[in-house]
Amino acid sequence: MENNYAIEMKGITKRFGQVVANDNINLSIRRGEILALLGENGSGKTTLMNMLSGIYQPDEGEIYKDGSQIYIHSPREAYEHGIGMIHQHYKLIEVFTAAQNILLGLDEKLDIKGANLKVKNICSRYGFDIDPTMKVYDMSVSQKQTVEIVKVLYRGADILILDEPTAVLTPQETETLFDVLRNMKRDGKAIVIITHKLNEVMEVSDKVAVLRKGEYIGTVETKDTSPQALTDMMVGHAVALNIDRPKYDNPQKKLVVEKLTCVDEEGITKLDHVSFEARTGEILGVAGISGSGQKELLEAIAGLYPVKEGSVRVVNDDGSETELVGKTPRKIREAGVGMAFVPEDRLGMGLVGSMGMTGNMLLRSWKKGKGAFLKTKEPENLANKVMDELEVVTPGVDFPVRKLSGGNVQKVLVGREISNEPSVLMTAYAVRGLDINTSYTIYNLLTEQKMKGAAVVYVGEDLDVLLELADRILVLCGGRVSGIVDGEKATKEEIGLMMTQIGSEEGANE
Amino acid sequence: MNDVKTPLFRLAKRDELGRGKVWAIRAGSIIVALILGCIPMLLTGNSPAEAYGVILQGSLSRPIYIKQTVKIAIPLLGCALAIAPCFKMRFWNIGAEGQITMGAVAATFFALNFAKTIPHVPLLAIMFISAAIFGGLWALIPAFFKAKWNTNETLFTLMMNYIAIGIVAYLQGGPWEGRKGSQLIPMFQDSARLPTVLGVHCGWIIVLLLVIAMYLYMNKTKQGFEIAVVGDSVNTARYAGMNVGWVIMRTMFISGAISGVVGFMIVSGANFTLYKGVANGVGFTSITVAWLSQLNSFAMIAISMMLAVLEKGANTLQTRLQVPASIADIITGILLFCMLASEFFINYRLIFRGREKKEVEA
Repeated sequence: MENNYAIEMKGITKRFGQVVANDNINLSIRRGEILALLGENGSGKTTLMNMLSGIYQPDEGEIYKDGSQIYIHSPREAYEHGIGMIHQHYKLIEVFTAAQNILLGLDEKLDIKGANLKVKNICSRYGFDIDPTMKVYDMSVSQKQTVEIVKVLYRGADILILDEPTAVLTPQETETLFDVLRNMKRDGKAIVIITHKLNEVMEVSDKVAVLRKGEYIGTVETKDTSPQALTDMMVGHAVALNIDRPKYDNPQKKLVVEKLTCVDEEGITKLDHVSFEARTGEILGVAGISGSGQKELLEAIAGLYPVKEGSVRVVNDDGSETELVGKTPRKIREAGVGMAFVPEDRLGMGLVGSMGMTGNMLLRSWKKGKGAFLKTKEPENLANKVMDELEVVTPGVDFPVRKLSGGNVQKVLVGREISNEPSVLMTAYAVRGLDINTSYTIYNLLTEQKMKGAAVVYVGEDLDVLLELADRILVLCGGRVSGIVDGEKATKEEIGLMMTQIGSEEGANE
Repeated sequence: MNDVKTPLFRLAKRDELGRGKVWAIRAGSIIVALILGCIPMLLTGNSPAEAYGVILQGSLSRPIYIKQTVKIAIPLLGCALAIAPCFKMRFWNIGAEGQITMGAVAATFFALNFAKTIPHVPLLAIMFISAAIFGGLWALIPAFFKAKWNTNETLFTLMMNYIAIGIVAYLQGGPWEGRKGSQLIPMFQDSARLPTVLGVHCGWIIVLLLVIAMYLYMNKTKQGFEIAVVGDSVNTARYAGMNVGWVIMRTMFISGAISGVVGFMIVSGANFTLYKGVANGVGFTSITVAWLSQLNSFAMIAISMMLAVLEKGANTLQTRLQVPASIADIITGILLFCMLASEFFINYRLIFRGREKKEVEA
């Protein structure tokens, strides 16, 4: 039995500082089989596979290949063991041809002609369609992916790991990729695809291993399981958290989003006709697999992400509406809209890491006052107030926030954002990486704002929290709204299915 | 974990070090640099102690030497002040050389054409202002392209240097040439020369005022705040409602303007003429000054003096001990290397194999 496994990972644990990314994980990969590694974002899939491809080393645990223990210290050593990983972000040199990229980093004598031939052989064997002499900058995303896969095969890999391979592909391209994967499987290769798309898992895989929050949940045969069962494994059972959810008397329309559509630099649609409204005295939860457009949604509302079409309007107290699309963050503020935004990237967008609390309070008010000089008195008072009220642990208000712990960083950010009594408060993954106590502090602060009449938009990843904190939950899937549900009545399974589009109109036919 | 298979050592981020410790590491790195600097001296067959002695003697032992040393330090300090805001913004302006040159060109234009018609002080004021504007506009070009199309500022500013130097070469041999065939621009008349104060041209007063002004600008003004935020994270700057492109262009204009003034001080206070080597590497050496002083205006005074001592002393070294003067450059290089390395050790520590467990327990 042992020898049937191409790769076995036993008791793998990987920590990043305080965070346990992988906790005692066991995983076996067999030749001639496609294994889907399933889990929500942050569940540790990529981390686990990075340890196979030599990018990380495990803190604990052992890796066996064909029954004997191996140590992988670098991607090169991974190749020597026949393990190749195709990363989510391609690592190609744009001005080189496909063949040149494939040869890059190999020690063998440079023989472009021979290489071209070998590449062609690999292509015809597995059904790839690629011209070895084509420059990468002329290629489509799926062609680039093909180059990455061929690159790995060229190096003789027989264990292939693909990280979210379909994330950037069209449905047709996905089909082609799956055909190639099946060909490779027939050829006796061991294949792992990292994904969170259930329909693809069902379609292409033989086995599914599920991770949740860094823990190994189990492995099942694809033919013996269903999307429903996999969702349950992925999201787990509902856990009571006892978050307070008081009712606000008279919710009013506050933020209206209509047919909001955003396209990123590469022309990929990130938001597709998103419409909803957020109300005063209400927490609107936003659920969805990570990368379903949450980040773009909040940034578009805040004036930080280009909007292709659609409308975002804030309803003022007198009933008039202010259009936000086309306005910069400064224009939005100048228009008198009390908008607060706690972005996902705390130190990269919400705060200045090298500055202290005072400097970070200044981010909201640096323009204030006449003259060329900064007015630091008020921000300093605010910094002290936030420090006292939210119990921020810092040596002083001038200590660089970058050096504070994650929870304290978030307190500084949230503290600043709610200090202006915002009418719209948007938060993205407000409790990610925070300990339980700080998380509850944040929940309470948000609820407090809600009861003061703010429209709170809470993008979250923990469904248990969303179900107890939010009054209504908007579910995003692939940049589209797959539904809005009542936070009190909805179930975890219901939302889980909507997140993977099963349960919405498209999935209903299955 | 398998001990044999883990790497010999790995790096880990350090916890916060105390201020005192940080400066102790930095001071230590200077000492290490001076010790390493002994190697080239020993290789050339000289006693390091004697050589360092000669360097100090040759730069500081007599008032005349001190004046010459200060004269070397003035443009270094001025130019380091100019590039500090750019570096704070993480805009790698290595085009100060060209900005100095273009400032010098503007100043020279007025010195050559109006020395007889405009009185001393107004002429100097016009030269000062025109040098600032010209240097600023020269710096604005790469900033504009960066803001608009995100071009690489390092290459762009570098290339602009050679264009500026080329322009002076043309002026030298063409329209501004003095005696035909000399390839030289005539010497400035007295009315276009900076007056001396305490034996050194009054540029030293200007740069000391600039030290204070730059300190206030960077630490106390809204614009300085914008620069710091853009340097830390462009996204945060956008989030805070800053116009990043505008901040980049404005900062580069200011930087180029100060460099231009440095160019004015060189032609009007030291050289009294313009030639294509007018910047003489100051634009590059001042990067070292700015970097070694951690962009702190006041620290720049000490660092620019230190480098000036090395340079002036090295000339004496050459005449006295027949040691090539480029030894000063070598020591400066070692100094920079050691100080940058010290920053690394301030932020990271090495963990050697096998020691890790003990450290975790401790």
